[in-house]
Amino acid sequence: MERVPILKIGDILLVSIQVDMSDQTAVQLQEDLAERIVATGCHGVVIDITALDIVDSFVGRMLSTIASISKVLDAETVVVGMRPAVAITLVELGLSLHGIRTALNVERGMELIASARADEYAENLDAEPDAETTASP
Amino acid sequence: MALSAEESGRLAGLLTSHDDQVTQRWTEIVTGSLRGRLSQAELRRQVQELHRAIVTVSEQGDLDLESERAAELRAVLAELSQGRARQGFSATETAVSVFALKEVLLELLDAEQNPTALRDYVAFSSLIDEMGLFTFESFVRTRESLIADQAEQLLELSTPVVKLWEGVVAVPLVGTLDSARAQVVMERLLQTLVDTGSPYAIIDITGVPAVDTQVAQHILKTVVAARLMGADCIISGIRPQIAQTIVALGIEFGDIATKASLADALRHVLRLTGVETSRRASRREA
Repeated sequence: MERVPILKIGDILLVSIQVDMSDQTAVQLQEDLAERIVATGCHGVVIDITALDIVDSFVGRMLSTIASISKVLDAETVVVGMRPAVAITLVELGLSLHGIRTALNVERGMELIASARADEYAENLDAEPDAETTASP
Repeated sequence: MALSAEESGRLAGLLTSHDDQVTQRWTEIVTGSLRGRLSQAELRRQVQELHRAIVTVSEQGDLDLESERAAELRAVLAELSQGRARQGFSATETAVSVFALKEVLLELLDAEQNPTALRDYVAFSSLIDEMGLFTFESFVRTRESLIADQAEQLLELSTPVVKLWEGVVAVPLVGTLDSARAQVVMERLLQTLVDTGSPYAIIDITGVPAVDTQVAQHILKTVVAARLMGADCIISGIRPQIAQTIVALGIEFGDIATKASLADALRHVLRLTGVETSRRASRREA
């Protein structure tokens, strides 16, 4: 079975999907990613789908699930590199990737995560000092 | 509407025995109707060609415009009407070139004093009508293909995507936005976003004459697609009347930023990206 590699860059995990996703690959990726987030204590996940020609409801749901899992583990998920044709198809089909942030490329995605983190800390500084909760085991 | 072998034989006879007279008279009538927009020599050449084609096919027995044997005649007629359509003549002016033959034949039959003249004339006349209809059809076909070509050229011309600032592109939409154009605009805009890595796009609709629900739908789809890719769209150039129409139609732009002018939209984007613009102190004031 093919496995999707997860690379760590600084405070961010980079997942580049290069193969067609099957049920098994998707479940494996979700497990691997959850483990890596906990193990590394990263606060951002960038999923690169530049290589994907087709994004259907299955892949859409997988991305949403990954985003939700990461959110629980206090990591921000950004999907990057969606092709124009894929975006048009998703719109025509009426599928929207709920709760997922998007960016044009990996670089922008990493910037987005950095700025989101900065905003969060700024808010937390304004609020109660103990308002921040982490999901580290 | 086919001519019997006898009738077409008589037609061939009539046309060949008065060869020069026919082309001469035919050319005269056509020239009159076109008011000198084509030269006499050119018309004479066309008439002669048509004349020759009719004679050739009518000498071979019964004449049916739909038949295999009349292929050359059809080709000559099609060529004639294509030429006329491209030169900008009207459908009537094209058809007259064929219908003029009726008048010529009537004069010839009158002169001959033949007992079968009336019957022949009716038969010939119906054949010429058929030829006229065929001419008209080819004329319309040619015109239609011209229009299709032009629409395609227009499509290519009218959808530029321009770079306004580092990371900001704009699409000035000009003209009516139908489905085909909306598709082209959407594809080109999204491709440019990827190519330039711009996270902001401004869709300027100053040049769009009317915004109805369909146009709004197209714009909304483009914005949603851009968002999926990670870019933000701002709609600008909404004129007062269009704003009223949008509200009257109940179109919801949701949380999409809309600005009155392209300048406002650019200023909005610059503020979002943290770019500050300031006026340099004038030297005269200093």
